[in-house]
This record gives sequence, C-alpha cells and structure tokens, in this order.
Amino acid sequence: MTAETGLAALWLAAALAALQVFLATLVLRRSVAGGATAVRAVAIVQGALAAAAMVALIAVFLASDMSVALVAANSHSMKPWLYKFAGAWGNHEGSMLLWVTILGLAGAAVARFEQRLAERTLVATLAAQAAIALGFYAFLLFASNPFARLQPAPADGAGLNPLLQDPGLAFHPPTLYAGYVGLSVAFSFAVGTLVTRDVGPAFARAMRPWVLGAWVFLTLGITAGSYWAYYELGWGGWWFWDPVENASLMPWLAATALLHSVTVLATRDGLRAWTVMLAVVAFSMSMIGTFLVRSGILTSVHAFAVDPTRGTFILALLVLYIGGALALFGARVGTVRQGKLFEPFSREGSLVANNLLLTVILGIVLIGTFYPIVAGAFGTQLSVGPPFFDKAAGPIALILVAVMAAGPLMRWRRDDAGEVLGRLFAPIGAALFAGAGAFVLGGPIGVLPLAGIALAAGLAVASVAPLTKRNLARAPLHLWGMVIAHLGVAVALAGMAASTAWTQEALLAVGVGDPARVAGFTVRLEGVRPVVGQNWTALEGRLSVTRGDAAPYVLRPQVRYFTQPVTTTNESAIATHVDGQFYAVLGALGDDGRWQLRLWWKPFVTLIWAGGALIAIGGALSLVGHQYRLFRQGRRRAEGDA
Amino acid sequence: MTNRRWLMWLPLCAFGVVVAVVAWGLWRPADRTVRSAMVGKPLPDFTLAPIAPGKPGLSSADFRRGQPRLLNVFASWCVPCIAEAPQLMTLKAAGVPIDAIAIKDTPQDIGNFLHRNGDPYARIGSDVHSRVQLALGSSGVPETFVVDGRGIIVAQHVGDIRADDVPGILRALADAK
Repeated sequence: MTAETGLAALWLAAALAALQVFLATLVLRRSVAGGATAVRAVAIVQGALAAAAMVALIAVFLASDMSVALVAANSHSMKPWLYKFAGAWGNHEGSMLLWVTILGLAGAAVARFEQRLAERTLVATLAAQAAIALGFYAFLLFASNPFARLQPAPADGAGLNPLLQDPGLAFHPPTLYAGYVGLSVAFSFAVGTLVTRDVGPAFARAMRPWVLGAWVFLTLGITAGSYWAYYELGWGGWWFWDPVENASLMPWLAATALLHSVTVLATRDGLRAWTVMLAVVAFSMSMIGTFLVRSGILTSVHAFAVDPTRGTFILALLVLYIGGALALFGARVGTVRQGKLFEPFSREGSLVANNLLLTVILGIVLIGTFYPIVAGAFGTQLSVGPPFFDKAAGPIALILVAVMAAGPLMRWRRDDAGEVLGRLFAPIGAALFAGAGAFVLGGPIGVLPLAGIALAAGLAVASVAPLTKRNLARAPLHLWGMVIAHLGVAVALAGMAASTAWTQEALLAVGVGDPARVAGFTVRLEGVRPVVGQNWTALEGRLSVTRGDAAPYVLRPQVRYFTQPVTTTNESAIATHVDGQFYAVLGALGDDGRWQLRLWWKPFVTLIWAGGALIAIGGALSLVGHQYRLFRQGRRRAEGDA
Repeated sequence: MTNRRWLMWLPLCAFGVVVAVVAWGLWRPADRTVRSAMVGKPLPDFTLAPIAPGKPGLSSADFRRGQPRLLNVFASWCVPCIAEAPQLMTLKAAGVPIDAIAIKDTPQDIGNFLHRNGDPYARIGSDVHSRVQLALGSSGVPETFVVDGRGIIVAQHVGDIRADDVPGILRALADAK
C-alpha cells in the first residue's frame, strides 16, 4: 500500500508541476488577478507531494518490503537500519526521486519566502523550476519507477554495495544533491529574469542566498566525499580526478565563480550578462555531471547496455533545459542593459580575474573528463588522470590563490597599484618567509608544492587583513564569512601542499612480531585475528605503533568480507597526530606466512578537510549575515511604516 | 556592443559540441573489454604446479613446441566458466590442444569441476595468487589466449566462449600455424 501511495503522490506532483507551468505562462501572457498567488500555492503543494513520495520510499526501505523491486535489488533485511534508510537513495531510482524531491521543496521555499523580486519575474522563475521538475517527474514515472512491484516477491534482497555502508556516506548524496538543486533555483532565477528582461541587483540579491547555500552544501559534500575516499578506499589519496569527483567539482567551480559575480551584481550592479550566464552554467554543470555519472557513459560498466532509453531520456532533458536556457540567453541578453562599468584595477577587476581563472579551471576539468569519450570516437581508448589535471589546473589554481589574496584588499571601482602593494606587504613577506623555510628545511619537494606552501602562508595573512584596524565586534557577519572562507582555502592548500611534499610510504611484508620502521614510526604486527560484524566478517591486524619515545598505541586495520553481496573492502586504520596522520592498511597473507602491510605518514593532511570545513562555515556565516541584515532592514521598514 | 552579439551564442555552440560528443558516446556500440597489452608478445615465463589429479602442471616452455595451443584461464568457482565448458569440449573434439591456468583453486574443487563439466585440458597449472594471470594481462575469468607454436600470444578472448565464437577461434588457430 505504501508503495502505491508514493506512486500516486508522484503522479499528482507531476500533474501539479504541469499545472504550474501552464498557470505561470497564462499569468505572463496576460495579467490574471491573483494569478501569482495561485502559482505560489501550486508550487508549495507540488513540493509537499514530492516529499510525500520520498517519505513513502524511505518507509518501504525501512520495512524491507521485498515485493518492491528497488528494495529487493538494493537492500537486505539483515542490514543495519541506518543503511536501509540510506539505501532509499543509494541507487539510481531512489537518488532520482531524492533529486526531484529537493527540487520541489526548493521551488516551494522560493514560492513561500521570496518577497523582493518583481511578481512577474517570480512567476517566470517558478515556471522554470516547475518545467525542470516536470521533466524529471516524467523520467521517474516512465523510465525509472522507484515503486515498481516484483511478482512474486523474493525471500530477501541483494544488499547494498558494502563500500557505501558507511555512516558518512549515508548523508553524502543528500548533501551534494542539496547543493546541485540549490543551483537549480539560481538557474530558474536566471531564466525568469531573461524572460521578463529584469536583470539587476534585485535579482542578484534574491539569487544570492540560494547560491551561497548551494555552495556550502557542495563544499561540505566534496570535502566529506574526499575524506570518505581517503579512509575507505585504502589508497591513501584524497583526490583522484575520477569522473565522479569531477562531476561534483565542476558545479562547485561554477558556483564559486557565480558566488563572486553575484556579489558584484548585488552591490555594484556590474557583470549583469556574465552573472546570468554563470547561473545557467552552474546548474548545467550539476545536471551534466550528475547524469553523465548516473548514465554510466563515463565510469560504470553496465548502466547503458542495460537500458539505453534512460540515457536518451536524460540527454533529451539536458538538451531541452540547458539548450533552451542558452538559446534564451543568446536571444535575450542583448536587450539586457549594460551594468555599471569599473576600472580594471579594482575589487571588481579582481573578481573578474577570479571568475576568468575559475572558468579556465572548469574548462580544463570539463575537457579532461570528456576527452576519453572524444578519443574513443577516434578509436583510441585512454583515461585522463592526475598527471594531466595536476599539471594543467595546478598552476592556474595557484595564480587564483594569489588573486584571492589581493582581491579583498582592493577598493571597489578603482584602486592604486602602489597602495595595494603596500597593503600586501605583510602577506608577501609571509609567503616569502614560508617558501624560503620550506625550501631550506624541507628538502627537494618540487615547484608546485613549494609554491603552494608559500602562497598558503601569504593567503592566510592576507585573508585576515580585512579585519585589522576594525572593531571586531562591529565587523559585519558576512565579512567574517569571507575571511573564514578564504582562510579555509589557505588551510586546505597548506594541507595539500604539505602532504604532497612530505608524505612517506612503505609497502612491507612483515611476520608477526617483526618491527618495521617508516618516517620515525616503529610498527609491530602483534597478531591477526578474525572479527565479526553485523553483516560482515573481517581479518583484523593488531599493530602496535610507537613514535619516537612516545607511548605506543594500537591500530586495527581490517580486511572486511561482506556476504550480501560478496565483496572485500580494506578498512584502513588511521591515527591522527597534531602534525599529520599515520595511515595503515592490511593486505594479503603471503606464501611465507608474512602479511602485507601498507603504511603512510601524511604530514598535515588533516588540514585539507579542516580547510574544507572552514570554507563551508565561512559560506554559512556569510549566508546568515546577509539574511540577518535583510531581516533587520525589513523590521526597520515595518517599524517605520507603523 | 552590437558587433559582439554573436559572442552570446557561443555558450550554446559549446554546449552543442558537448551534446554531440555525449550522444556519440551514448549510442556507439559499447566495447568495454579490457584488452591485454600482451597480444603480439611472447608469453611471460612461468612454471605452475599441477593441481588436477593425474594431470601435469603448466609452464611457458610447453607453448614453444611448434603447435598453436589455447591457453584457458578459468576457475572452478566461476559460473561463466561452466557456461563455456561445452564449447571447450567442442574445440577439443576438433583436435585443438587446450591448456589451462586455474585461478585461486583447490585440487578437490578442480576435480569436481572437471568431473561435472567435462575435461578438455591437456595440462592445468595452479595460479593461487593470480600472479601469472596478471602477467598475462588477463583481467578476469574466463579468458582464453591463442598462442602460436613459438610461444607468442596471437589473440585474446575475454569472457566465456559462446558457440558462435568457436569458428573465430579455430580461424585464429589456423592463422597461427
């Protein structure tokens, strides 16, 4: 029954989305009295119905209702409840439903709370949002029904990929989706303003909280995903330039650019066309990224061979939405009045440089991700990996960091190069000092890591500079947000550079009781014993680790064997020190009775994720700061009226 | 500004290129087999212990005796290997000498497997840790290599041998002479 209720809710939501598009078109053609109110109401109910469908899906997963095909294929009655819960979106159909649910809820939130935008623009925005939702409802209902029944029902399910059985990962997809779909609102705003030719600061201010919120979620999602790959895959790396990772990085890069250009539009009324363009691109990247990964063109082995209709369907939707928005952009943007102009050497100028550099990096990642398909078209099978991305994107990212250090210290509209250089005295000094220190003390570490360390130090000093000579208690919250986010970039960059430069690795075969040494650590394998979990068994190594004269501690890396489905995973064991992490992976037992052991010392690697968290916190503070200011302005106005 | 109006259509054009690429990737006949880089090269040197009762083990020297042979990489725990067993028997009946490498297997399991599915093999070597398999550039079981009389790998078949693959394999063997 629950499954049928969910399906019914999904059909109703789809019907309401169609109604929303129709009503909104009517309102835009000729003013209908109360039309906008009706469109808002429909949007809210549509969001609620989509959420009801998602709740129904979660309910059948929690109840382990094996007569629902999706549950049978992706869950198992023996699984811990958290993974039954997360299993609802740990598959193609469920994740698509989660996607439209967030899309519908975001549309409902715009309908309920947005008060600043001109009514016609809001109606056009809600129409765009409903049009996107409609396509994905159709996709769910006709090509990926999550509620399809299985006749006869199997005795039990097939299980969830054990790599995904991790508490962190249960909340990874919803986080990323919230980010992707937040960008859909920016996209709809852009389409809405193009339709009503109403590009200006009001549109930018309405869009900004959505971009900020989406960007915070994307940052959190990418940071968490990176840490998950680091400890769960057991390869010791934190970024692999894998298509799935690139799919989340591309929208983030576009959103970062958008975040900065929307500020120029909101405060200085500049960069009008460019901001609209970026809003379209950011969500386009979300769609292209997610669905190319989902479709399996790039990574997965089977998805397409099994069901080519799905891929065609998605491609048609992409052409419709992205192509439609870009065509609208091409046709309408000429009528957008030019915004305010500014001198190249100014805060705006630095933000333009930031945007251009981010766009170049985005282009590099996009080309690198798609190149294997293009090469495949000419009969060459290849994969593009870290050597390309590091070399191509690394130097540009470092230039971007330099711009990032200088930008916030420049004045709006126009600034003097000599004065800016004066303000940059301390950051440049810090960069030279850190660079020289790393060069002298750190040994030969390569140009990029060295530049990374120097620039991280410079950026750290520069990013807190806007707070100096200010009364800290009175500094606006969004300024704190920027300072913390930029500081986060410096922290993350320091972690990346230091761990790249000074990681030490050892692959050993050790007998029980033999000591092994790596990077000042002494490791002794004390024994290997079997352990049992709820749905896995494992061999667990007991490692006694001593660093210098400190007291020894125990690490327990595992090789886990899951039964449903049969899979082996390496559970790394990680000890966090103040200055880095010690990382141990247990391998196979050799013929000679010795165990393979992979050990890493990764100095300052934790800074990468700490930096990511700081960036997200900065974004959140900025969001709260902007909203709080609006709230106060609104209240002051209300008091003035009274 | 007007003379740069066409620039505003550039994003759409770029997107068009992306769509063309993706559409091609979508509708092309997918070929995702992992080909070995070893085709055209001599077999790596190896000597593997026997595993089946009463059957000799396998070494790379066995493939340098002038006659083309098939080298089948299989395992008793592998379901597609059961599916391809009748085709191997057909090949054997056609006079093709077939040797095998058993991956991560035990004598008892291999004995049962051969008893149940037929025994097309002249020799079987035991590769418990997949070392020779990796050296061959084989990515899974079953895989079959055509090796000419001088120990050079001339062809590779990834996955189970279906009935309609048999003529192709016979042709590859004939060409290898």
